[in-house]
Amino acid sequence: MEKLQANLEVFGTTLLDLAHQDSNLLVVTSDSRGSGKLSPFGKAVPGQIVEVGIAEQNLVGVAAGLAAAGKTVFAVSPACFLTARSLEQIKNDVCYSDQPVKVVGISAGVSYGALGSTHHSLHDFAALRAIHNITIVAPADNFETREAVLLAAKTSVPIYLRFGKKAMPHLPRLSPTFELGKASLIRQGTHLTFLASGETVAPALAAAEILAKEGVECRVVSVHTIKPLDEVAVLSAATETGAVITVEEHSVNGGMGEACASLLLQKGVRVPFKIVGFPDEYTVTGSQNEIFKHYGIDGHGLAEAARNLAK
Amino acid sequence: MTMLTENELKRKSVEYRRTILEIIKACGSGHTGGDLSCIDILNVLYNRILRVSPQTFQDPDRDYYVQSKGHCAEALFTVLADRGFFPKDELKTLNKYGSHFIGHPTRKVNGVEQNTGALGHGLAFAVGVALAAKQDRKDYRVFTLLGDGELAEGSNWEAGMTAAHYRLDNLVAIVDRNGLQITGSTEDVVQLEPLGEKFEAFGFAVRRCDGNDIGDLVRTFESVPFTPGKPSLVLAKTRKGKGISFMDNVAKWHHGVPNDEEFSRAMSELEEAQAALA
Repeated sequence: MEKLQANLEVFGTTLLDLAHQDSNLLVVTSDSRGSGKLSPFGKAVPGQIVEVGIAEQNLVGVAAGLAAAGKTVFAVSPACFLTARSLEQIKNDVCYSDQPVKVVGISAGVSYGALGSTHHSLHDFAALRAIHNITIVAPADNFETREAVLLAAKTSVPIYLRFGKKAMPHLPRLSPTFELGKASLIRQGTHLTFLASGETVAPALAAAEILAKEGVECRVVSVHTIKPLDEVAVLSAATETGAVITVEEHSVNGGMGEACASLLLQKGVRVPFKIVGFPDEYTVTGSQNEIFKHYGIDGHGLAEAARNLAK
Repeated sequence: MTMLTENELKRKSVEYRRTILEIIKACGSGHTGGDLSCIDILNVLYNRILRVSPQTFQDPDRDYYVQSKGHCAEALFTVLADRGFFPKDELKTLNKYGSHFIGHPTRKVNGVEQNTGALGHGLAFAVGVALAAKQDRKDYRVFTLLGDGELAEGSNWEAGMTAAHYRLDNLVAIVDRNGLQITGSTEDVVQLEPLGEKFEAFGFAVRRCDGNDIGDLVRTFESVPFTPGKPSLVLAKTRKGKGISFMDNVAKWHHGVPNDEEFSRAMSELEEAQAALA
């Protein structure tokens, strides 16, 4: 049986594959090569890793300069710091200046669990969604992670990649291809759709399997690209299955769920709709799994949300 | 590039000051005081030092100039226009509806390397560009102009550490040390001194010069790198509002716009300055 890997580990190995093929590719880290699973990268291609120390603003600014000079640059730091402390650098040095930096938020969401809210990134989708000229991607599993990294390396526009550090199961997928901006169908269904992103796709699938035993067939879609949103996938989910639950490892404010709600409302599509994410509070203490369960982001919690929506 | 004499460069500075005041007066806004303090630095860089021109601006081996003190965009736009990056007439659109010539540098203007305006961003970006040159074994240089007030931004010091760590002697940071920021004296707002010693402690090779003296600027910039293996820091002592008697060293001209009478007086003073250089 294939060993389950964290998306973060796949990020590191994929990047190393790319670095072997392209000496122009650089990784910039803020004392984060260990947590970013980039220590093997640093050992294998030491000339292609740039360390700036614990200085996230500097990380993004330096990355923008390297990109301006023609380098393919992945700027890697914990998502909690990267998208808060260096938000102005992402906005101005990368997005506004159109420097094609690949901004990589590691250990995202509540991956750091009990380390607390300083180390959680439940704001990053919201903050970045409001900034022009950046693609926002939260891969669901190892496959999506590898594909996203490969595409990010090729893209000439700013992109944000968000990875957790939990070992992820391989998800079934009904379409073998991966495209930025095009959601991936994980499970077909007719009664309700779970539109999930990142590490919440797996619990959404678990919920669908629980509900299937009750005769409720749920569609599960990996909305890996938060921006630009796959409008066709969201609209068809609502019109074809008649009910939508969005799931994300993010605040319920300003994330993928609100993006979907805004789209549906503005298109005049009214269906039972629920955003599952983190409420407007500092999270309960616990591991990522415990925190997920506390807020109903697990198979049973999401199944219950679906039952409640159907009432 | 035609090598201008020191006197010709001085005449350029007067001409640039006239253009800066004209475009600020025309649109009713701009950072007059800082433009006038840094214009001699820009003059020497673009007319004597930088290996860049409209023809080579896309050349990956060009020298880079990054204006971290982005609010003095009028000075940069003025010099770029004179160097032929775009027709000088376009300056008349400064801050006008739909113009690319906004109050801070933008890459939509030919010749601008990076969008700036939020302070404390230029040095880190310049470090990245300089680091790429080192990695690629190229000999281009990167110059960046910092305001003194913006040095309170901690990001400058993060970038400074990185510049020294990677021994970026192809990087030249210039501080426009006019001593004034919008609230008043930099030393009253938050003490910067001993500024040169701070940069030295961070690993820069520091040289002080008169940032409004063309000859001193030429000699200083022609000496970079000051120490092999170290980034260079030019502490350019300047005067805010330099060149116009009633603006000279007066904080309120940070973003003051001259009224008709003041504009007329300023133009007269510049005419006299130009005549004295004839």
